[in-house]
Parts: sequence; structure tokens; C-alpha cells
Amino acid sequence: MNPKSRVAEHVRVLPFSGIRKFFDIVASRKDVISLGVGEPDFDTPWTVREAAVFSLERGATHYTSNRGDPELRKSICRYVARQFGAEYDWDKETLVTVGVSEAIDVALRTIVNPGDEVLYHEPCFVSYRPSIILAGGVPVCVETRREDQFRLTRAMLEKAVTKKTRVLMLNFPCNPTGAVLGQKDVEDIADFCIRHDLLLLTDEIYAELTYDSKHVSFVSVPGMKERTIFLHGMSKAWAMTGFRIGYACAPAEISENMMKLHQYAIMSAPTTGQKAAAEALERGDAAVTEMVAEYNRRRNYLIAAFADMGVSCHTPAGAFYAFPYVGDLGISSEDFAMRFLEEKSVAVVPGDAFGQCGAGFLRCAYATGMDNIREAMARMGDFVAEIRAGKKK
Amino acid sequence: MDEVLNILKKNARTSVEDIAKMTRAKPEEIAARIAEYERTGAIRGYRTLIHENHLTEESVTAVIEVKVQPEREGGFDRIARRISGFPEVTNMYLMSGKFDLLLFVEGKNLREVASFVSERLATLDGVLSTGTHFMLKTYKEDGVLMDGEKIDDRLQVSP
Ligand SMILES: Cc1ncc(COP(=O)(O)O)c(C=O)c1O
Repeated sequence: MNPKSRVAEHVRVLPFSGIRKFFDIVASRKDVISLGVGEPDFDTPWTVREAAVFSLERGATHYTSNRGDPELRKSICRYVARQFGAEYDWDKETLVTVGVSEAIDVALRTIVNPGDEVLYHEPCFVSYRPSIILAGGVPVCVETRREDQFRLTRAMLEKAVTKKTRVLMLNFPCNPTGAVLGQKDVEDIADFCIRHDLLLLTDEIYAELTYDSKHVSFVSVPGMKERTIFLHGMSKAWAMTGFRIGYACAPAEISENMMKLHQYAIMSAPTTGQKAAAEALERGDAAVTEMVAEYNRRRNYLIAAFADMGVSCHTPAGAFYAFPYVGDLGISSEDFAMRFLEEKSVAVVPGDAFGQCGAGFLRCAYATGMDNIREAMARMGDFVAEIRAGKKK
Repeated sequence: MDEVLNILKKNARTSVEDIAKMTRAKPEEIAARIAEYERTGAIRGYRTLIHENHLTEESVTAVIEVKVQPEREGGFDRIARRISGFPEVTNMYLMSGKFDLLLFVEGKNLREVASFVSERLATLDGVLSTGTHFMLKTYKEDGVLMDGEKIDDRLQVSP
């Protein structure tokens, strides 16, 4: 306990994100090729930007209703129905948020009672654990493994569930591992939720970005909609990170109570972003398809490049991250990332920034152009060879 | 379209090795496929998009609308082939609407283009009329923006 601090204790003890630390180091250097960026390099599709400009010209610069612009909510419900096979009421079951980031926070604070255990999987997105803690929950982490392609299995969950478990929180396709779940995985985990009467908080922000099979959403499984908060947003597949639009679809009672928190903290999501999002959902499919094709080429390139340099990497089937293993080189992820940056000017993120079990791995985002990827892989090949040579000496 | 063509259409300089990696195929396989595309004419050539400011030799481009008399046998094709054979004609399309052929014609200067139109093009048998427009500035070419700079102001590391 620090008696002098004016900061609330539960906030003061919260660790900074591991990414933050690394960001400061990278920012101090010039001419870095960065595979550390967790957002698309593509321009937001022009039709979307144009719709945003048009909305400004027309003077759509005020608050929208707390839940979000009705037109956007209707678009969201049409999109979720056609892509993920679940029908939601646009008025009572849909909430537009400031990115999925806000939706995670609001959802957890709405459903977690003090002391409730929240199951989640690591390595995972940096905000999960702190968000659970800030909501008064007890985070219970399940570690996913390379042997399973970082998929989550029912057996792992059964080991971790207790009488106090209230919520399961998932993210597939997964940041940082690129893991996806298949139909059977999803059905098994859904059944697990039903058996243990858990609420499911599923962050499917990378749903469109899958390369070997179509995404399977938890809301497509019969019996799951009633116990699921489905989170999605515009940031990734539509390259709209700066517009700050996400959404949550949930049963009416939960949605209504989430809306209260959203209303008191945020009022309404940015209006320009909402107009742009509606355009993206209605007319953005072709642009998404084109970006997915390009991500796939880069992903394939990375897989081949890692194989060439003898670095083992499970096949990332979704999102835009590869998660190679370098632990067998006798160097920690953090040392690897630091030295790689210093000696070769390439930024990757140490895997343990996403949870302890990420140690030994690196997150390499392929949300950057082919030229950068090619150069970064060439330098990584050299670097890995140098480490191996150094080890032999 | 085949993925190899997709990739080359975006960047003709992508190496065979890179295409192989991007498509999870063997380099020999890709090389053979490209050779086949070149042989059959599926691939007609490779070009570089150069910004007009960097074209050192002075040149002007005219867009010309041409009305022609189609023939009973062969329709527009015979006259179109005659016109498209001229080296001055860089692009040419058969159009629906008020005119038939749309030509892009390049010359060193206005006079050269004008003389091409009046002496060579307009005098061809079957050409009924021409309408010439000179191009002033290129904003976009083959899907690539030619005006303004690209900015990437993303953070270098983000979650
Ligand atoms: C798994 C996951 N969830 C949520 C987010 C937050 O996205 P946004 O707040 O931009 O919607 C990210 C962004 O990196 C993410 O990777």
C-alpha cells in the first residue's frame, strides 16, 4: 500500500500493458519495419469515408440515441443475421459502442457480481484480464497450447470451471495467436456453457478474417443466443479503427442494462463513425473480400518464410497475426524482440505481453505491405541464423 | 481469376519465389504457369506506372471519340483493327452510346496529335466523324491514385 498515492488502490496496482512498454521503445527509433501493429494497413474503403464526409456535410454532427443510430442498428441486425445466422431485435437487443473495447468493459460490468469467476483464455488481447478485474470479477485463465493450434477445448474448460464461474469470455479468431475454432469446437464449448449455466461473452471482431474455413459463430448454435453477449465491430475487417465503432448483441434484459452503463459513461458512440459503419455493413463486402485475399497471401508468405528459417509456427487460420515459437533458440521472447529491434530494426511483440503462457512466442502482425513483410522475414532469417551460430560457439 | 494473375495484376514485379510463398505452391510450378500464360497470351505484357511528372519527354494525350460505319461482314472489327494498328493509339475501346470507338492517342505535342487526327484518322474509309479532347491531368490510372501523397500515421505498435 502506498500511503501517498492519490490514485485509487485497485487502479494503482493494475499493471501497464506489456505492449505499452514496447511501444515506447519502438517509438524512440527511426526506420523500423513494424510487425507490431494490431490494425489494418489498408485504407478504409472509399465508399465508407465518402459516406462519413457526406454525413458531415448534411450536418449529422449531434448525439444519436444512446443505443446508436436506428439505421445502423438495423444494418447491424441484417448483417449479423446474414453472416452469423442469428436474428436480433434492432431496438431491444443491439447496442452500438465505442469500439469493441468499450463493449468488453460494459458487458463485463453488466454481468459480473463481485467475486464471480470469469473464465478466459491466454494468450489473449491485452484488455481482457484488467477488464475482468475492474468489473469486480476474478479472472481464471485457461492456457491454450501450440499443440492444439491454440484452440480452446472443452476438456481444458472442464478443469477450470468451479461453482463460482459465471462467465466464459472468448476471442476467436484470436489475437495474438491467429487460432480459430471449428464447428465441433464451437458446439462442444456451447454445450459446456449450457451444462454449467454460464453466460458467454464472445468477441468475434476478427470473424471475417479467416483463411482456411468460414468462421463459425457461437450465436449460430441453437440455445446459445439466450446466454450470449456477441461482440463485433468495424475496426478490423473494414479497416476502420479510427472510427471507433463496435457493437454488442445480447438478450434484451442484458442489453438494456448495458445501455445504462453506456449511457452514463459515453452517451452515444461517435455519430460520424456510426454513419460510416452503416455504409460499410451495407456496401462493404467486396472491399472486405479483397482485403482478406491480400491478408491470406501475406499469411502464406509468413508461414513459408518461417519454415525456410526453421522456426516453428502453427498455421494461423484467422485474424492477421502469426505466432511463431522461438523459445527453442535459447532466448526469451522479450530478449528476442529487443535485440531484433536493436540489431535489425524490425519490431515484433513478445508473446508474453498477451499472458505468461505466451512466453517463447512472438506476435508478428501481417497488417503491413508485402515489401515490409519480405524484408522483415529476410532480416529475421539472418537474425535467427546469428543466434543459432552464437549458441554453438 | 487465377491467384497468380491476381498477384501479378497488382504487382507485376512480384518474384516467382514470392508468388510461390504467397500461394503455398512450388516455385517451378509458378514459373511454368506464368510461362504458359505468356505463351497463350493470357498475359500480354508487364508495364510500369510512371507519374506524369517523371516523364521527361514532352507528350500530350488526347481522348478521341470516333463514329464509324460498321460493315455488313465483320461489324466494327475490321475498321477497329486498322485504327488500333497506329502506334499513336495507346488504348482503344468499342463503346455503346453516341459514338463507337474511344481512342487514347499520344503525341509529342498538340500539333502532332492534330495532324494524326486530320490526316490519318479522319481520312480513313468508314470513319464518319471524330471528337478530340485533350487530357490535362491524371488523377488515377489503372486503379492507382496519381494525385496527392499517401500517409500512414498508424502507431508502430498497438494491441
Ligand atoms: C481481440 C480484440 N478485441 C477487441 C479489440 C478492440 O477493438 P476496437 O475497440 O477497435 O473495436 C481488439 C483490437 O486490437 C482485439 O484484437
